[in-house]
Amino acid sequence: MAIATAVRLNEAPKKRRRYRGFASSVWWFVLPALALYVFAVVYPSIRGSLFAFTDWDGVSPNPSWVGLDQFARILTDPNAVVAVRNTLLIAFAVTIIQNAIGLLIALAVNSQIKSRNVLRVIIFAPVVITSIAVGFLWQNLYSPGGGINQLLEAIGLGALQQNWLGDPDLAIWSIIFVVFWQFVGYSMVIFLAGLQGIPEEVLEAAAIDGAGPVRRFWSVVRPLLAPAITINVMLSLIGGLKLFDQVFVMTAGGPGGATNTISTLIYSNAFSLGRFGYASALAVVLSIFVAVASIIQYRLLALQER
Amino acid sequence: MRKYTWRTGILEVGTILVAVLFLIPIYILVNLSFKAPGDQSSTFAFPEQPTFQNYIDAWGQGGLGNALINSAIVTGGIVLFTVIFAAAAAYPLSRLGARWSKFTYLVFLAGLLLPAQLALLPLYQTIRDLGLLGTLAGVIIVGVGASMPFSIFLYAGFMRALPAEYEEAAALDGAHAFRTFWSVVFPLVRPITGTIIILTAVANWNDFLTPLLYLSGSDQKTITVAIYGFVGQYGAQWNLIFAGIIISILPILIAYFFLQKYIVQGFAGGLKG
Repeated sequence: MAIATAVRLNEAPKKRRRYRGFASSVWWFVLPALALYVFAVVYPSIRGSLFAFTDWDGVSPNPSWVGLDQFARILTDPNAVVAVRNTLLIAFAVTIIQNAIGLLIALAVNSQIKSRNVLRVIIFAPVVITSIAVGFLWQNLYSPGGGINQLLEAIGLGALQQNWLGDPDLAIWSIIFVVFWQFVGYSMVIFLAGLQGIPEEVLEAAAIDGAGPVRRFWSVVRPLLAPAITINVMLSLIGGLKLFDQVFVMTAGGPGGATNTISTLIYSNAFSLGRFGYASALAVVLSIFVAVASIIQYRLLALQER
Repeated sequence: MRKYTWRTGILEVGTILVAVLFLIPIYILVNLSFKAPGDQSSTFAFPEQPTFQNYIDAWGQGGLGNALINSAIVTGGIVLFTVIFAAAAAYPLSRLGARWSKFTYLVFLAGLLLPAQLALLPLYQTIRDLGLLGTLAGVIIVGVGASMPFSIFLYAGFMRALPAEYEEAAALDGAHAFRTFWSVVFPLVRPITGTIIILTAVANWNDFLTPLLYLSGSDQKTITVAIYGFVGQYGAQWNLIFAGIIISILPILIAYFFLQKYIVQGFAGGLKG
């Protein structure tokens, strides 16, 4: 989540008093959390990284060390190349579309319109719905005789009917649209929280100085919204990189592997094909993407707040 | 400047149109769930003879009642232990300036960078070897462990902003560390506890991959796994499937509409840190 903000906001205060109250009981506070965290995250992540350098099939007792072979295999596996491309495409496209439209909606429901509270509730509702329910619903809507095509027919745009999930070139964009539909409310809420932190007086002062709406947005609102923008970009980027449920349910990576993401490929390689070593190498690649995205975001945030 | 003008009116109409477009999928979901199997009318047309039969059948054939209970146990268990363990750990980590506590805090934060996919396979193995596959306990243990980094980060940030005077007073009165934590600190961090409860509950109620791995094939299923299996079994019977999907999302949607103010604040606030 909002990792970089995390680190900054939690920087220890300069002056820190000595604490003696804990004495020797202090470990009992930390131990349960640490034990569960090491068990469920640290230890398996380290082992997962090590599997990436083996040819382990998930069953054999003695996997052999193959060095970087699994990573080399990713580069020559057409399925993996498509999955990496799709993963990056989803992450960037969702980030841009979801944040641009999320911001517009946030500006609209932050205005004086009377239905703003109802509209906020409606736009945010899909966020709380299970991703697999969303996936199944849209699988039906996208089907050749489904809701989307019926709607196009009804409004006289029958010529635009498509096989939304069956067309290899189109399917990935159909998935991107679903992720946008599901999570644009999330971006809206975070932008809204940021917008509500902007004092009315500042905007009025700018208006009195003769700034029009566009100028007011660009020169006053945008800089004050910077933290919300950073957090939103971060969340949608990392969420997009890890996307699994919706793809798994709607297309299972098909047609012909055209909509695989790194996550769906990890799943099929590990649990259908028994290639644990290869799946682990893909997981390491995904982790590197997530880490790079986080570090870049941290740098940008640090720059902004200077 | 903040007056309702004709421009605001246009904006209002435009935004309502966008919201209607947003609602169309939900409308279709509800509409189809009330149609009888033989009803061949358009997806948008009202059912010829609205029926509750799909709900009765989905409930009976999908084992959804049991799955809802399992989801409630898993979500409740994860939320309970996450709150207690994360608050307890964040307390000394946010109060002590020692090198080990700073290091431990960073170890927890590192977990925010690790995607679950990296730990997936070895963890699956460990859970299997411990005989926890197919048990709700396995899912709860994994869920609590995975919730630690974000929850501890939120708690620690909040606790650092708390003045230490209350605790010092309690310590002077002779309260030991556990007593001070439980009676003084924990009640003071209530706002962030609310945020963590909401974020953890929504994330784990909706989680699919973890329970799919650890529970599929067993008779202990959470609602997401049950719906997944249900769709697999009744492939083309969309009316039935949609009724099942509505049953599965109804508890959280009802909770959302009652708590939406707090949920939205929780999401926004939690993310602002």
